[in-house]
Amino acid sequence: MKAISRLVLIVCLLTGFCVAVAPAPQPLASSEQVQRADGEVGNYGGRLVTGQRSEPKTLNPVTATDALSREVIGRCNADLISINRLSQKTEPALAESWKMSPDGRIFTLKLRKGIRFSDGHPFDADDVVFSFSLYLDEAVGSPQRDLLIIDGKPLIVTKLDQYTVRFTLPRPYAAAERIFDGLAMLPKHLLEKPYKEGKFDQTWSLSTSPSEMAGLGPFRVKQYVPGQRIVVERNPYYWKVDRNNNRLPYLDELVFLFVGSEDQQVMRFEAGETDMVSRLSAENYSLLSKEQARSGWQLSDLGPSLEYNFLVFNLNDLGAKKLDDIAKKQAWFRDLRFRQGVSAAIDRDSIVRLVYGARGTALWGNVGPGNKLWLNQSIPHPQRSVDTARQLLKSAGFSWDNSGQLRDASGQLVEFSIVTSSSNTQRIKIATLLQDDLAHLGMQVHIVTLDFRAMIDRVFQSFNYEAAVMGLGGGDPDPNPEMNVWLSNGATHIWHLGETQPATDWEREVDHLMEQQMITLNYEKRKRLYDRVQQLISENLPFIFLATPNVLAGAKAQIGNFHPTVLDHYTLWNADQLYLRAQPRGVERAGIR
Amino acid sequence: MHSKTRVRILISVLVLVHVAIVFAAFISPYDPAMQDRELSYAPPTRIHFVGTLGFHFRPFTYAMVRDSDGYHEDQSREIQLRFLVKGAPHTLLGIFHCNTHLFEVDPPARLLLLGADAYGRDEFSRLLYGGQISLAAGLIATFITLTVASIIGTVSGYYGKWIDESLMGSAELFLCLPWFYFLVGVRAFLPLHISPKQTFLLLISVIGVIGWARPARLIRGVVLSARNRNYVLAARGFGASDYYLLRRHMLPEAFAVLLPQATLLIPQYIAAEATLSFFGLGISEPVPSWGNMLSTLQQYNVLVSHWWLLAPAGALIITSVIYWRLADRVHYWLQSHSF
Repeated sequence: MKAISRLVLIVCLLTGFCVAVAPAPQPLASSEQVQRADGEVGNYGGRLVTGQRSEPKTLNPVTATDALSREVIGRCNADLISINRLSQKTEPALAESWKMSPDGRIFTLKLRKGIRFSDGHPFDADDVVFSFSLYLDEAVGSPQRDLLIIDGKPLIVTKLDQYTVRFTLPRPYAAAERIFDGLAMLPKHLLEKPYKEGKFDQTWSLSTSPSEMAGLGPFRVKQYVPGQRIVVERNPYYWKVDRNNNRLPYLDELVFLFVGSEDQQVMRFEAGETDMVSRLSAENYSLLSKEQARSGWQLSDLGPSLEYNFLVFNLNDLGAKKLDDIAKKQAWFRDLRFRQGVSAAIDRDSIVRLVYGARGTALWGNVGPGNKLWLNQSIPHPQRSVDTARQLLKSAGFSWDNSGQLRDASGQLVEFSIVTSSSNTQRIKIATLLQDDLAHLGMQVHIVTLDFRAMIDRVFQSFNYEAAVMGLGGGDPDPNPEMNVWLSNGATHIWHLGETQPATDWEREVDHLMEQQMITLNYEKRKRLYDRVQQLISENLPFIFLATPNVLAGAKAQIGNFHPTVLDHYTLWNADQLYLRAQPRGVERAGIR
Repeated sequence: MHSKTRVRILISVLVLVHVAIVFAAFISPYDPAMQDRELSYAPPTRIHFVGTLGFHFRPFTYAMVRDSDGYHEDQSREIQLRFLVKGAPHTLLGIFHCNTHLFEVDPPARLLLLGADAYGRDEFSRLLYGGQISLAAGLIATFITLTVASIIGTVSGYYGKWIDESLMGSAELFLCLPWFYFLVGVRAFLPLHISPKQTFLLLISVIGVIGWARPARLIRGVVLSARNRNYVLAARGFGASDYYLLRRHMLPEAFAVLLPQATLLIPQYIAAEATLSFFGLGISEPVPSWGNMLSTLQQYNVLVSHWWLLAPAGALIITSVIYWRLADRVHYWLQSHSF
């Protein structure tokens, strides 16, 4: 008898587990202004598992700074206007339409009517005004605040009626609608109280109960297990439908497993524990493609990414820093002919071949071929030439001693070190190739691998480095997010930080051009301005551009609507439309060995 | 097999390994830092005796060509190995200048006995050159550790009281220090680039000094128990000095503990060198060491696709096992010929 009751209990528990799935999608109300997605029509149910390199730090969309937190937050929240990751153009999201005034300063957004947060509470203009007050409050410290401050003045948000909001910009701002992408709209009914009590920085941490959180994204947080995973489940009130008017998303659950490294992500995917991988290295990609015939995985090479990898020399003012050795070497680094010589001696093709397994593209400027809208096609792509490099160095007063070592005009041996992050094997490889390339010029280059934080500290704070191999970019193809790199007072103006006024004439011209393109509304005119910026950068080589890797991603065969893109987030941007196909015959069986 | 023969075999293998490593410049066909970017991850070259014209006494090889599915031999031309040829100049033992190499092949062929790494560098040459640094670092650091440990352990065990307490207290402190963070902190104070010679000295002193606490505790235990043996008490009764007692009675006992310790420490320290390379405290590229050669195996795809890059691990295992077997024999011999 006891055994039977125990059996009954086990059966009950097991069925309990199977039944305790995500909430069913709410039926559509006629008053709801939903958005129709144009993907393939899928079927409901199932869970999709992806591997994350590490744990998110917070679930608060306003204060999150790291990419991993944003990966989870992005699935649980929605923005007013978003950038379509495939077309790279803006499209309506929570705002069903918007109008720009002829002078480009006033944006009027019409919100979708009748839509609800994931806890069932209705969404309206009050939530929008409240959300922007959070992003703009200096005390909250949102990283997005900088985007919303133009010329030192914040943008002004006014509620016109329950479903209309007006944004007034201090001056015309090119592609202003793009700044709405990624700004999550938050529930006033949940967050106003802690905000007023000054406890906003403690809200929506990883330990917050899911019932205290709500968003407008396709999923909502269900469970967080420290060190293991975070599970998000279907938001039953989500405001998108498919072509057959079925409310999205299709998936019951989305699981983010914390696995550690890229290699771990690949191993878990190979073992079938996860359903998707993104940001694959070329080597891991070719490893997976060897097994593709058996496994039926969908592997995509999306072509060049928007990331650019470069070698940068330390041109900072070291006056007060007591770094005399580095200051002496800066005489070389500041000489354009030295930088041109280095650039001419670099074998970019072998970087593409050896580091990116031919799945990459050599670069001579900050905009790569992945960014079709803004690439300046006329930037020259000179072939590698050690002879040209030697002539340039000779004209700059360098000479070679009997043992072939390069010496400067005062007889000093040309020797410097390149720092790079010890966790990025691709950049270490790049540095090792550069070391050998520059040895052909008689330069003695040492590679110093440092913990990522230690390297960032040297580059941004102490300036105690000579040269570094780094990478930037990857977010948005538009020139505006690049402002902080190219403006002479920008926070990421790495080669010379903290300039109070432009140190060189060309930097002054870049400053002017970048400011101009920001307030120019016409695309052709903006493109001309940005073309000139690219030209100046490639001529003056503040960075010596090297190469960009392709974006590589993979998913199991049965994942429907898998359309990875070169923009962040590469694979989960359309998580609301992803679905699990009915098992294709043969593939799964072949998988059993 | 008779145990004496076994010891002889072990010693001769060990001598062979060390001679090969010491004469790396003569044996290795290429410069360990030379990159051949056309041969990235090329598999080991096969050496042939039978060609289209039948059997050859002189071994030959083929040039490697690469196509979409990997490397193949270009069998249109047989390229013979040449022995004792003049090649790139090098220095033997840091004294003799010489340009003779043991063997070589003519281009376009390349003799990659253990394949090539990501940059097309010859793994075999790197293994020999890398062994110089790794073995020397392991041996010297072990020597430093054991010297420090035996001095502190003996003093502590023999004199006891507050000396013992303070020394063993600091040993415990050493054991529980978070070395990872400590070393990262130390790195921040050092200049960005340190020359290979300084790096090497730094490396062995850091490894050697960090490890003293555990063996010191062992030795202290041995000395402590030996101190009250009857024959020691008798010797003391006859008026033996502290120095005499330590030298004649304590150290020989400790010696039996030191040898197995040394054999455990040598491979451990060679691995420690790899860890330190990762913090930027170790030997940096392009100079090879077994540690930094192994660090490429942290990449999963390298581990599963390019088995020949496991060679340094193989070398490490072989040397460690020989050291261990040898020490086992010596330990046995010490016991059977006890003092």
